[in-house]
Amino acid sequence: MQNSAARRDLALGVIVVLLLGSVTAAFPQFAQPGNLAEILDDSAILILLALGQMLVILTRGIDLSIAANLALSGMVVALFNRNYPDAGVLPVLLIALASGTLLGAVNGLLVWRFKLPPIVVTLGTMSVYRGLIYLLSGGTWVNDNQMSPAFLGFVRFELLGLTVLSWLALVGTVAAALLMRYTVVGRDLYAAGGNPSAATYTGIDPGRMQCFAYTICGAIAGLCGYLWVARFAVAYTDIALGFELQVIAACLIGGVAIAGGIGTVAGVVLGCLFIGVIRNALPLIGVSPFWQMGINGVVIVVAAVLSARRREDKRAILETHPA
Amino acid sequence: MSTPRFKSLLRWESMLALVLVVEFVCFASLSPYFLNVWTLSDATFNFTERAVIALPLALLIIAGEIDISVAAIIALASVAMGLAAVAGIDTPGLVAIGLGTGLLAGMINGALVTFGRVPSIVATIGTMTLFRGFAYAVLGDRVLKDYPPSFSVFGQGYAVGALSIELALLIVLTVVFGIFLHLTRWGRTIYALGANPTAARWSGVPVDRYRFLLFAATGLCSGLAAVLLTSRLGSTRPSIAQGWELEIISMVILGGVSVWGGKGTIPGVLLAAVVLGFVNFGLGLLNVPGIVMSIIVGALLIAVVAIPVLAERWWGRPARRLS
Repeated sequence: MQNSAARRDLALGVIVVLLLGSVTAAFPQFAQPGNLAEILDDSAILILLALGQMLVILTRGIDLSIAANLALSGMVVALFNRNYPDAGVLPVLLIALASGTLLGAVNGLLVWRFKLPPIVVTLGTMSVYRGLIYLLSGGTWVNDNQMSPAFLGFVRFELLGLTVLSWLALVGTVAAALLMRYTVVGRDLYAAGGNPSAATYTGIDPGRMQCFAYTICGAIAGLCGYLWVARFAVAYTDIALGFELQVIAACLIGGVAIAGGIGTVAGVVLGCLFIGVIRNALPLIGVSPFWQMGINGVVIVVAAVLSARRREDKRAILETHPA
Repeated sequence: MSTPRFKSLLRWESMLALVLVVEFVCFASLSPYFLNVWTLSDATFNFTERAVIALPLALLIIAGEIDISVAAIIALASVAMGLAAVAGIDTPGLVAIGLGTGLLAGMINGALVTFGRVPSIVATIGTMTLFRGFAYAVLGDRVLKDYPPSFSVFGQGYAVGALSIELALLIVLTVVFGIFLHLTRWGRTIYALGANPTAARWSGVPVDRYRFLLFAATGLCSGLAAVLLTSRLGSTRPSIAQGWELEIISMVILGGVSVWGGKGTIPGVLLAAVVLGFVNFGLGLLNVPGIVMSIIVGALLIAVVAIPVLAERWWGRPARRLS
C-alpha cells in the first residue's frame, strides 16, 4: 500500500511538472518565479483546507461544513476587527482558530458521541453555520474600508519573495507531513480509518480519532476564514459558497480514498497545485476560465476510475457492510 | 419484523403530517393571505421540481447509494435545451432533449458506479463537477432564453383550475413511485439491497443492474425537473438550480429515509417536501429571510438522525439501529 501510494504521488507529480513544462514551452513567462509564487499564493488556502479535509476523510468521514465554518469564522474576525481595529493581528488569529476549532468540535462530537452519519451531520451544520453568519452580521457586508491595515496587510506581507499566506501553506504542509508520518496520532488516524475494528482491538478509539480529525479540520477552516477575508478584503454571508466541493475534489485528485485509511500529504498538495496550475494557465493559453470546473470534473472521474480499478475493497461511504 | 417497522414508519409520517397541520394553522392565523387557493397553488412551486427528483433519489438512498450530481444534471439538461431552442427546435423536441440529456447523465453515473466500481459519492461528486463545469464551459456568463412560447406550458400552465401541471405531474409520479417501492417485488428488492448488499447478491439479486437502473431513473427525473424549471423560468444560466442537491438530499432524509440504506417510504418523502416547501413560503409571507430557514432545516436534519440514538440511550429501548 505504501508503495502504490508513493507511485501514485510520483505519477501525479510528473503530471503537474509536465503541465507546467508544456505551458512554459508555449509561454516562457509562465515559469518565472514571480508567477510561480503567485500560483502558490493562489492555492495556499485550498492546500490548507484540503489537508484538514484529508484528516477527516482518512477516518472515513467527510466535512461538508468546511466552507461554511470558514465563512462564519471569517465573519467573526471581520466583525471583531471592525469593532476593535487597533487590537492587531494576534488576537484575530486566536479568535479565528478558536471559532473554527469550536465549530469543528461540534461536528466531531456529534459524529463520535452519537454515532451519526458524517454526511448528514456536516450537511446540517453547513446550513446552520451559514444561517448564523446572516444572524451575526444582519446580512451586511464588511468591506475593506472597515478593515484595519494590519488585518489586511498580514497575509500580503512578503518574506523571502513569498507572501505570509504562502508560507503558512508551506509550514502547514510540512507540519502535516511530519504529523502523519512520525507521530502516534498520525499513525492512529490511518489505523482508525483503514480498519476501525482492528484499530479498536489495538486500543485506538476510532470515534475519538474522528472527533480529533474534525476538530483539527475545523481549526484550519477557522484560520482560513481569516486568511480568506483578509485576502479578498470582504466578508459577507456567501463567501466561499460551494468551496467545500472544490476542497473535496482536490483531495480526490490527490488520491485520498473516500473509504478511509488511504491518502498522503504529498498527494493532496499536488492535487491542489494541479488545480492551481490549470487555473492560472487557462487565461494564458486563451481558454475561457469557465472551463476550469469541467476540467476538474474530468480529472476527478478519471482519477476515481483508475484508483477504483487498483483497489480491491469497494466500500462506499454509505454502506455499513462491504458489498 | 415487518409489523414494528411498519408502525415506526407510520409514526414518523404522522409526525410529519402533524407538523404540516401545525404549519398551516400557524401561517393561516399569522397571515390573512395564506388560505387562498391561488396562494397555496403558488406555494407548491417551492417544492414541486425538487420533489420530482427527491422521489427517485429516495429509492437510490434506500438502495444504499447516493447521487450528488442531480442539480448539475438540471444545469446540463437546461443548457442542452437552450442550445436546441436557439437552433430552432420546437417544444416536443426540446422536452425530448431535456429528458434524454438527463437519462444519459444518469446512465453515466450508473456506469461509473457499476462498471467502474467507483463509490457513488465519489463518482457523483466527479460528474457533478463535470456536468456543471460543462454547462459553464458552454455558456460562460451568457443567458439562453429563446424558448418557443408553447414551451412555457410545463412550468406555468394549469391542468385543472388552480392545480398546476407541475403539481399534477408530481402527484402522478408519487403514486407511481409509491406503488413501485411499496407494492412490487422490485421495491422489496431495493430495501434488501440497501439493508445488506452482500446478502442481496447471494440471494440472486442482480445488484448492479438495479443500481444502474436507479441511477438512470434519477437522471431521467432530473431531466424532467430541468424541463419544468426551465419552462417556469424561461431562461437558462449555468448557475441554474445551484445548491439544490443538498436541499433535495435534506428533503429525502427529513422524509425518514436512512442514509445507511434499507429504510424509508415515499409518503414520508413527499410529506417532507411539502412541509419544507410551505415553511419556505410561509416564512416568506412573514418577511423572514430564507437564510434563517436554513438554520432550522440544518438543525432539523441533525435532530432527525439524533433522536433515535438519544431515545435509545435515555430510555434504553431495544436497539433500533439506523439501518
